[in-house]
Amino acid sequence: MAVDVDTEARGADGVVAPEEIKGRSLSAIAWGRFRRDKTAMISLGVLIFLLLCALFAPLITSVMGLDPYEINRHAIDDIGMPLGCGKPDSAFFCGISWQHPFGVEPGTGRDLFSRLLYGLRISLLIAFSATTITVILGTVFGIVSGYLGGRTDAVIGRLMDIILAFPFLLIVLALSGVFTQRLTDLGVPEGNASRITYLILVFSIFGWPYLARIVRGQVLSVREREFVEASIAMGSGTRRILFKEILPNLWAPIMIYATLTLPTYIATEAVLSFLGVGVLPPTPTFGAILADSVQYMSIIPSYLLIPGVLLAIVVVTFNLVGDSVRDALDPRAGRV
Amino acid sequence: MSGYIVRRLISMVLMLLLLTLVVFLLFSVLPTDPARLTCGKACTPEVIAANRHNLGLDLPLWQQYWDFVKGIFVGRTYGSGTQTYSCDAPCLGYSFKRGEEVTTLIKQGFPATFWLATGAFIMWIVVGVSVGIYAALRRGKWQDKTVMGISLIGYSLPSFFIGLVLLYFIILKWELLPYPSYVSPFENPVAFFQTMLLPWIVLAILYAAFYMRLTRNQMLDTLGEDYIRTARAKGLSERIVIRKHGLRAGLTPIVTAAGLDLAGLLGGAIITESIFSLPGIGSLAVNSVVDADLPLIVGITLVTATFIIVANLIVDLLYAVIDPRVRLV
Repeated sequence: MAVDVDTEARGADGVVAPEEIKGRSLSAIAWGRFRRDKTAMISLGVLIFLLLCALFAPLITSVMGLDPYEINRHAIDDIGMPLGCGKPDSAFFCGISWQHPFGVEPGTGRDLFSRLLYGLRISLLIAFSATTITVILGTVFGIVSGYLGGRTDAVIGRLMDIILAFPFLLIVLALSGVFTQRLTDLGVPEGNASRITYLILVFSIFGWPYLARIVRGQVLSVREREFVEASIAMGSGTRRILFKEILPNLWAPIMIYATLTLPTYIATEAVLSFLGVGVLPPTPTFGAILADSVQYMSIIPSYLLIPGVLLAIVVVTFNLVGDSVRDALDPRAGRV
Repeated sequence: MSGYIVRRLISMVLMLLLLTLVVFLLFSVLPTDPARLTCGKACTPEVIAANRHNLGLDLPLWQQYWDFVKGIFVGRTYGSGTQTYSCDAPCLGYSFKRGEEVTTLIKQGFPATFWLATGAFIMWIVVGVSVGIYAALRRGKWQDKTVMGISLIGYSLPSFFIGLVLLYFIILKWELLPYPSYVSPFENPVAFFQTMLLPWIVLAILYAAFYMRLTRNQMLDTLGEDYIRTARAKGLSERIVIRKHGLRAGLTPIVTAAGLDLAGLLGGAIITESIFSLPGIGSLAVNSVVDADLPLIVGITLVTATFIIVANLIVDLLYAVIDPRVRLV
């Protein structure tokens, strides 16, 4: 765990060294704690590596001479199984070769490594966009609701209650067809562009109330503090008070919420792909690959295992970073 | 207190009305024509028109909504003249696709969903809360880190993945359990447990992971409070400090989460029920979407949402019982 900041300035004998006291901002203190957290730094490293992989997926795959959409007849046998798979003596990692380090997709022989990289790209695109919108909506509604109170608070509160009461999966399933069509009518390009937009929108619409509740609770306590009163006394407008005075005090819960929500969106996208309302094939996503691979579980175990483990790594590292952000930002952490 | 309950009940009824309106409007945009679904392929436009009239689908939208709400409270009658069909209150509509009242269909699906939800609930609460407390008491030690690491993995894998992998290994490959086919626990308790065990575990893994983390963080927060220090300073044994002072205050958010999660599950666990082919509300929901069975979709959405709204109220009332610092005003 992070070393207490106060003990840092003390010498070995516990006496405060007569050093010049440097003022450090709260974020600098938090970053200092974060940096000393080994798990956090490793997860962050893995995460940045994965983000770069996703970002440069086209470059990486073309350097390796792979194409996620190319059909490789030479990599599969007559019945469409990857070479070496489907026989009683098949190895666990059948279908894996130097050319296709993660194996190939049964039926088409498309390279799995490049498909996973591209899939990571789309899954992250969806998760990042949805998280951004969720955070904006949740923060704005939470601040407004908490600060203004009264009728505004009541209306927003009821709205949140209704959204939270809806069965998310059922609604998303039932409305996917119509709303994707609506988006196409509105000018979003047909096919995957509309489907991805739809996913981002439903994630955001169903996601923001959770954050808004947290933010609202924080605002209720912050708005009673003296500096807000001072700002009011100096004649600041509501907007200034909300976004210049109160908002900076909310970064900790918002950051924590964002880092913990992002991985759940990645997993939810996988679930929706499994249910058939995700991104259209042949475009790869984590969910689509996993949903396809479970049918071949017994014949090509690695086809299930590799995407599954990779998904777990992505989600776990995000969660670990999120946890460490919370620890670093929490002034009471490490002092219990 | 009683004033509070009355006010909450009134606002709950208003919420439910608002909810029916939202659900109704949301699904009225669906392009499927329920009248077209009432008869098969060899269907004349006249028959469709007649059915549309009988279903009240030719009425303006507000009139349809009014009939729908009326049906819930006093029942309604479809058709006119000699061919009528009466649907008693609470009438959520009639599924022509399945030739059955929506209420009946949901009632048929409820037992499987109920057993699935309650069984998994007991499992994840027992495991999640106790492991969470254990981890909190061993904070920062290897036990804490191991447990939290495992919970992260459980938390991060999508439910269909865990479900299908378990199904494959336990049932298909090693044949430790028979292939799931739902029976009532009152008919054949052994077969019931054999069928439900895996679905319970799959759901419990998902939720327990979250509850472990929640319980652990909650306990750590509470144990840092001043009154815990006071309790220790009074010379109370550690066991009493944790049980009576720590747990009680730390449990409130867990009660909220548990109440809402259980209520959500009672509305059907779509993925788990589909994977293990349990005839519950979740499977019914998926099939209703596949068949574009609009009355059924609307009915299930409403029932599920109602569960959650009612659970919200119960949870808020429980708050005051558990945590004496909470005043209901």
